[in-house]
Amino acid sequence: MEDEVTLTIPMHHDMELEVTRIAASVAEAMRLDKDKIDEIKLALIEACLNAIEHSKSEEKKVHIKFKMIGDRLEIIIKDYGVGFDPSKIKEPKIEEKIKSPSKRGWGLKIMRSLMDSVVINSHKGGTKIVMTKRR
Amino acid sequence: MLEQELTLSARKEDKYSVITTEGYINNPGGEKIALACYQLMDQGCKHFILNFSQSKVINSIGISILIEIIEKVLELKGSLCFCGLTNTIAKTFRIMGLTQYTQIFSTEEEAIKALS
Repeated sequence: MEDEVTLTIPMHHDMELEVTRIAASVAEAMRLDKDKIDEIKLALIEACLNAIEHSKSEEKKVHIKFKMIGDRLEIIIKDYGVGFDPSKIKEPKIEEKIKSPSKRGWGLKIMRSLMDSVVINSHKGGTKIVMTKRR
Repeated sequence: MLEQELTLSARKEDKYSVITTEGYINNPGGEKIALACYQLMDQGCKHFILNFSQSKVINSIGISILIEIIEKVLELKGSLCFCGLTNTIAKTFRIMGLTQYTQIFSTEEEAIKALS
C-alpha cells in the first residue's frame, strides 16, 4: 500500500520548518523512531535550503512529496530553477573550511549522511532530489 | 513567526563562559551566537560552552557560523565545547568533523567539569 502527501512552499526563509512539521507527522504515522525523524527533518531542511538559496527559480516555489511505501519513506523535493551539476560540488572538509573565508557548502554532505539514500537529478529546467529512509 | 526566533543568555565565569540558546540555529540565530562569543572574547574570554539543550533545530548555515566561531577560538588558543545536543545534531557535528576542534558533552555540568 502506498500513500502520498504533497505540499508546495514559497521560497521564503524558514518555510523549510513548515515542511519538517509535515515530515514529522508522516514519519510518526509510519512509526519511525525519534532519531530517524530528526535526521529526516535536518536532511529535508538542507534540501529545501538548497532550492531556496541556489535554484534561482522564477516560480519561487519548492514542491515536496512524501510517499509512504511499506516501511520506507520516500521524499521528493523539486524546484524548477536553473539546476546544478552535483558532480562539480566538492566534498567539504573541515580542515579546509576552518581556514577558508567560505565556511558553507555542507548541505549535500549532511543529506547524504543522514538519509539511507539520496538521488539528485538536476538539469537546466530544475532539480529533483529523492531521499529515502527506512523504519 | 514559524519558529521561535533564537534567544540566548550568556554567563561569564572566571575560566569560561556559557552561552545557552533557545530556538532555531539558522543564519540569524548563528549570527546572534557569534556576536555573543565575540563580545565575550573582547572581554578576555577564550573558553566557551555552548548549551544547545533548548535548540532542537539547526541548519548548515547556522553550523557554518559556528565554524567561524571555532576558527576565532583556535586563533586565541582557547576551547569550545557543546552540550545538550540532540543525537542528530551531535551526529551531524561528528560527520562534519567539528569534533576535531571541539568537544561534545551530554550536560553543562560535564562540560564545566572538563574545563575546570
